[in-house]
Amino acid sequence: MKLLVAFIAGLLMSVGMAISKMIDPQKVLAFLDLSGSWDPSLALVMAGALAVYSVGYRLFIHKPAPLFDKQFYLPTARYIDKPLLIGAAVFGLGWGMVGYCPGPAISALSSGSSGTLGFVLAMTAGWFIARKIKLPFSQA
Amino acid sequence: MENFTPVSALLGGALIGLGTLLLLVGLGRIAGISGITSTLLFQKEDKLWRLAFVLGLVAGPLLTTLFYKDFSYSTPELSPFTLAAGLLVGLGTAWGSGCTSGHGVCGIGRFSPRSLAATLVFMLFGVLAASLLF
Repeated sequence: MKLLVAFIAGLLMSVGMAISKMIDPQKVLAFLDLSGSWDPSLALVMAGALAVYSVGYRLFIHKPAPLFDKQFYLPTARYIDKPLLIGAAVFGLGWGMVGYCPGPAISALSSGSSGTLGFVLAMTAGWFIARKIKLPFSQA
Repeated sequence: MENFTPVSALLGGALIGLGTLLLLVGLGRIAGISGITSTLLFQKEDKLWRLAFVLGLVAGPLLTTLFYKDFSYSTPELSPFTLAAGLLVGLGTAWGSGCTSGHGVCGIGRFSPRSLAATLVFMLFGVLAASLLF
């Protein structure tokens, strides 16, 4: 049951990215690029997702446990530290260069595009390198 | 603004919200795509549900094609530029502990100050890069 729920969760997010066209880097760049003809659609994608999640989170988080596991696994880090801010800045630069964040890039793998595959492999290399080379002031 | 698509944006956004909420209600997990995928690839713990989640992500556009006949989307060219962007996204989401889904949706949805700060920073740098480059 856990596996089916996890699959459907990924599927719903991916269909959401497809319908909203967030899977299309040109759509994302049209939001991030303020210098041309600006397309605000992506702000509404965020708004729609946040409306559902923030209300649902408040309704369910007081339960003793999720439906198919013993406990909730929530992040425990509290401080706004340098790795968080430097990491977010580096991520933002890469996002604005091509228009892919991790979700749409992985979803678009099914297109068979070599550019998408290359992006995902390079991103995977980045994850690997960042696990070896921690930023200074990391708490972990 | 001629390409503004408010209805499909809100509808698609709501589906993303439902998916992230389902992972919280069902498994008690934050639906952060960078964290789930990199943990699946580089750590030994709890691989199966993470694999099922990533397979769901990959299957989404295929399912969309079934009920939305003229569904199509662009993809980037394979180039050093595309690879460099992928590398930055990988490094940044690992160092910054999250991406658009983990920080932007789940984190802000939980009113996490860390996630709000991260989202403002990656939005700002995304806008800077895209506005200066294109």
